[in-house]
Amino acid sequence: MAMAALRREGRRFVPLAYSPTPINAIRSTLAPTEEQVGLGVRSISTQVVRNRMKSVKNIQKITKAMKMVAASKLRAIQVRAENSRGLWQPFTALLGDTPSVNVKKNVIVTISSDKGLCGGINSTSVKISRALHKINSGPETESKYVILGEKGKAQLTRDSKNDIELIMTELQKNFLNYTQVSVLADDILKNVEFDALRIVFNKFQSVVSFLPTTATVLSPEVVERESEAGGKIGDLDSYEIEGGETKSEVLQNLAEFQFSCVMFNAVLENACSEQGARMSAMDSSSRNAGEMLDRLTLTYNRTRQASITTELTEIISGASALEG
Amino acid sequence: MFRQATHRLLTRSTTTTTTTTIRRVFSTEVATDASSGDAAFIESWKKVAPNIDPPKTPSQFMEPRPPTPSALPSKLTVNFVLPYAAELSKAEVDMVIVPATTGQMGILPGHVPTIAELKPGLLSVHEGNDIKKYFISSGFAFVHSNSYADILAVEAVPLDRIDPAQVQKGLSEFTQKLSSASTDLDKAEAQIGVDVHSALNSALTG
Repeated sequence: MAMAALRREGRRFVPLAYSPTPINAIRSTLAPTEEQVGLGVRSISTQVVRNRMKSVKNIQKITKAMKMVAASKLRAIQVRAENSRGLWQPFTALLGDTPSVNVKKNVIVTISSDKGLCGGINSTSVKISRALHKINSGPETESKYVILGEKGKAQLTRDSKNDIELIMTELQKNFLNYTQVSVLADDILKNVEFDALRIVFNKFQSVVSFLPTTATVLSPEVVERESEAGGKIGDLDSYEIEGGETKSEVLQNLAEFQFSCVMFNAVLENACSEQGARMSAMDSSSRNAGEMLDRLTLTYNRTRQASITTELTEIISGASALEG
Repeated sequence: MFRQATHRLLTRSTTTTTTTTIRRVFSTEVATDASSGDAAFIESWKKVAPNIDPPKTPSQFMEPRPPTPSALPSKLTVNFVLPYAAELSKAEVDMVIVPATTGQMGILPGHVPTIAELKPGLLSVHEGNDIKKYFISSGFAFVHSNSYADILAVEAVPLDRIDPAQVQKGLSEFTQKLSSASTDLDKAEAQIGVDVHSALNSALTG
């Protein structure tokens, strides 16, 4: 099943890198070459096929190199993502997981990559964000977007331009660290009004599997409301609050801290998924390029042999005409 | 081939100073609640986008916490996490002392459920006769009714890695900045510096 996914990925990728002209097309482009040069020269030109083979070989080299680069980047960031997984678990243990919460102001934080050629992970994130937007926009509720990453911005500005509150790009230019993410989180919290934040990202399960995930962070007022209503966060009241002047102040700090922690983990996981997806995309494209090269080599040899045969036939028939 | 490489890297030991870290490997982070998830969410998802699989939610990636036991447990289970590492993961200890904003707070098994905001200060983990001390920047501590304690901090350093000379230097620097600060922002920043350094000082001496 993984192989089928890779093959699908490869087929999707190849049109981007190299315009695939199947063998029939190659033959048909050779025919004009024949006619054009038919007046003086007798042999069929193998130059066209040779050029194609050269460019396909170059593409294969480039995609192999990109795969190595992605693999090394993945190794570095995988360790950090795994280490940050302990960070969001206490919050889920305390406040529960409430993706179905019904609130007036929803903000969907979509995390995507800046660079392309990473398979379908950005499209998946955008699809999920759009569906969440649809679920959460009704007569009384509204939802807005906050976008991190160029690819998400490109896709979402096409149809949801009015719903976008904030766009942030070039996150990975400097090494991803908690300080940077907490500044980002602070920015979002200051500029965007929200009752619930829904963070959409791709969780890194393994090198070939990335699971789209959504994590929900509620504002302190909603947490109070939900805890009074009972349900998942029902026993929040049983917790004593230490520190701060009032309970609401501590809950405010808690919500902000939760947001920055969950964001940090989400950004790392998405970066991991991006590198993993790029690795598998580049891998399948180099494999495709290899297959294409094999096909082209066969065509080249056939063309070459045909032209030799034609020359020989002409010479022999010319010789026999002279004799006879 | 790459799966083997990543597996080899996963089993490499962590570089934390404690030896009680339990390393989490990917294959054991199983989606425990995979089948159910949040039923109401999945319902509303199917109505809107029936062809797309609903996204996973964090609770599906977490092992559920044990329920409150009827008898008092003998040990406290502590998770001490930082953004870049999990210092202690399900470590069974006798007591932890956390620097809450209202003062040092000791947490024993059977402690009443609490949410405590932490200020920069000394955190000590007591296990038998073993005491491990860390200096943490602020964070939060949750104590649950099932004698699980979660301590989240942004930075934590074992005490023996702190240089007292640097602490003194920083303290005098920030005190000077505080007295010469003009804007509110500068004053706040200098005040934070003074607070942290004096906490460091008292942690080293106390």
